[in-house]
Amino acid sequence: MSANTSRATSGGTGAGHTLWVRVTHWIVAASVLTLAVSGFTILMAHPRLYWGAVGNDLTPALIELPVSRNYRHGGWQLSTAAFPDGGPAASVIRTYDILNENSWARSLHFLAAWFLVVTGLVYLLAGIFSGHLRRHLLPRRGELNARALSEDLSAHLQRPMAPAAAGPPYGLLQKCSYCGVVFVALPLMVLTGLTMSPAISAAYPFLVDMFGGTQSARTLHFCVFVALLLFLVIHLVMVSLSGFRRQMRAITIGRPT
Amino acid sequence: MRGERVITSRRTLLTGMASCGGLLLAGCSDPAPPTYGNLLRMADNLNYRAQRLLLPRNALVREYQRADITSIAAIGTTNPANPHEELYDAAGGAAYDRLRHGGFADWRLTIDGSVSRPGSFSLEELRRFPARTQITKHTCEEGWSAIAEWTGVPLRTVLQSVGVRAGARFVNFYAFDATVDSIDMVDALHPQTLLAYGMNGGELPVAHGAPLRVRVERQLGYKSIKFLHRIRVTDEFYDPGKLGPLQQGWAWYTGI
Repeated sequence: MSANTSRATSGGTGAGHTLWVRVTHWIVAASVLTLAVSGFTILMAHPRLYWGAVGNDLTPALIELPVSRNYRHGGWQLSTAAFPDGGPAASVIRTYDILNENSWARSLHFLAAWFLVVTGLVYLLAGIFSGHLRRHLLPRRGELNARALSEDLSAHLQRPMAPAAAGPPYGLLQKCSYCGVVFVALPLMVLTGLTMSPAISAAYPFLVDMFGGTQSARTLHFCVFVALLLFLVIHLVMVSLSGFRRQMRAITIGRPT
Repeated sequence: MRGERVITSRRTLLTGMASCGGLLLAGCSDPAPPTYGNLLRMADNLNYRAQRLLLPRNALVREYQRADITSIAAIGTTNPANPHEELYDAAGGAAYDRLRHGGFADWRLTIDGSVSRPGSFSLEELRRFPARTQITKHTCEEGWSAIAEWTGVPLRTVLQSVGVRAGARFVNFYAFDATVDSIDMVDALHPQTLLAYGMNGGELPVAHGAPLRVRVERQLGYKSIKFLHRIRVTDEFYDPGKLGPLQQGWAWYTGI
């Protein structure tokens, strides 16, 4: 019952995605996958995360990730004081030849980031002017409440899952997760990424303050990446469970049947 | 008071718009950075052009207090005279060894290329220029960062003293190890770009580039070339081939 009324008022038909949604979806998907692979490669060069302005092998880490042979490599020469008059700061020569593929990984990361940012902006503009964001993505007034959320959640946990519409109108949890990715996670990835740039943070120091330091921004960049990875897994599971062939047809050729 | 505020912000707005226009114009006539055929190089160029076009050219990096200084690792070449270094250069290494044993008293920094008065400077002569001390963040491409204090002479002070010619676009740094790399004039003339001979209140240690290194604060650490012996100003981009990081796949511009 509610599916029919929401379909009538939202303008969506459940009959696939419009062309610009399909094109931007796949460019963003390819960019995000490229960013994930190159980003993980960059992380492997220094798998330690910090909180605050700076952090390095000689300062305490927030998290150490065992993701490459650089994890706790311990290849350091005997330490010397960094201050001529003594003091806590040390200067140490690294003797270990670390794994570092950042030359291509960094350039590839930024190339993919350009595709993500430009396509993301096109998506937002098209979404605003076509009404897609307002009609299909943002939960309608009164729609977002605890009861509706728990009902939608239990509907998702039923086996077999009821076949979902291929394309808008979206379910409530679907709207919430898409909004989370479009309005929170991806903008946060871009902003925390820009904060790590020495030239951009010099021009706009408020970015550094907003995230509590450059290394904090790097840590948040990783945490939001993990959240996006979680979204991707759930997204793919939902696509599979709600009619894989139909959903794939809807997001590629635009017609579910 | 309220009225004054409005005028001030309107003035700020106009100044901002004027400088934005200026930036766009300057961006159009910008000298092209190195161009390479592959896709990754094109992305590097896009980063460079976008940042030169959109970012204020004289924005200063944050400077810290002495208490903020952290430990710092020395990586890459930590002694050019050591034949086991990855970027060891036999001639440069031998010269460095000799100069180091003489306390760098015979060391000189050559400055040539597109300048009116090419010449060379001893460490003592560089120290006679007005010095600048800054406590800044060193950002490594690997992902770590550290805060240290650097003392030296702003590169632009030295460049002004030798008279940079009108067509000059790049400043190339030559090191005692097999390293040559360059920056553009925007970064070269930036007030925080330093020829540093001191670190954390003492002499610049060998592991950190003694007797002289450059600090390019708005780029990643690997652009702050250590163990300098020559600076060459050029009108065209000079590709140092195997001596520079470019051939090994590293981006030339690393403001990002």
